[in-house]
Amino acid sequence: MVGILIVSHSKKAAEGIFELAVQMAGKEHRIVAVGGMEDGSIGTDSMRICQGIQDANDGDGVVILADLGSGIMSSQVAIDLLEEDIEVVIADAPILEGAVGAAVQAAIGGTLKEVTEAAEEAKQLSKLG
Amino acid sequence: MASKMYQCMQKIGEDIIANKEFLTDLDSAIGDADHGINMARGFTEVLQQLPQEEEDISVILKKTGMVLLSKVGGASGPLYGTAYMKAAGAVTGKKEITLEDGKNMMEAVIGGIKMRGKAERGEKTMLDALEPALEALNQGIEAGESAEDCLTRMCEAAKEGVEYTKTIRATKGRASYLGDRSIGHQDPGATSSLITLEAIRTFYLENIK
Repeated sequence: MVGILIVSHSKKAAEGIFELAVQMAGKEHRIVAVGGMEDGSIGTDSMRICQGIQDANDGDGVVILADLGSGIMSSQVAIDLLEEDIEVVIADAPILEGAVGAAVQAAIGGTLKEVTEAAEEAKQLSKLG
Repeated sequence: MASKMYQCMQKIGEDIIANKEFLTDLDSAIGDADHGINMARGFTEVLQQLPQEEEDISVILKKTGMVLLSKVGGASGPLYGTAYMKAAGAVTGKKEITLEDGKNMMEAVIGGIKMRGKAERGEKTMLDALEPALEALNQGIEAGESAEDCLTRMCEAAKEGVEYTKTIRATKGRASYLGDRSIGHQDPGATSSLITLEAIRTFYLENIK
């Protein structure tokens, strides 16, 4: 199953988005949240993101949903730091809606490409019909 | 005994930490007011974790980069983390470095920051201090100047680069949200880059020359 990694500057934001995504994904999910710094403060930490990628991966690759600014840059560094050969894509998508969309697609057995597309479709989502 | 390279990194770290409030004030004008706090947190950890007796310059630089990646928190974490790791890659296994090595390190650093930050010179970033610094260093090397003169020339160019950031608009990072209102303020990242280069120059004059 494709793994999903939620990366936020905030521990609470990452955990909250994780909760929403897991609800859509069912029990067998490979969703992991990495929020904030090790000490709980606001920020992003490439080392912990790198570990998160490994935790989310079961061989089918990982899609990262990240928040603002250094969320993306730290994720890119984390991919460069990987020693294992894991296929990782950073989705160009809003973190919450993207994570929920990706979780649904991953749960029905989508490929890495399909899960990424599901996340990125969230950009076009119209909330007011 | 602590190695020269450890002592040099200690000087850089101390100067960054001493400028914590200055950098944060600069960042509060145009960013999210965390640059000084983040960099000081990163370097405090660097100084604790570096192996003091390690003489291999690349080992010290690489470890510095790894610690900054995980302890800084903001965008300067991946940027400075990448910079130090790229610098390490330019001097693998060396215990002493020449001006030529310095030039190779600067080239690697600038390449790494451009790749990671997708930035170019003129966008009110670290590059506005580092690129002129490298050019000045190259001119000094080509003119056959002493290390002291090359380093002085390099720092002067970086300082002019920081001044230049006051005149331009930010298009990268949080400061870009401010548009023209970012004009008039000097860039915090360019400033911490200048502090780093000046620390290296001071260390050279006091301990190596």
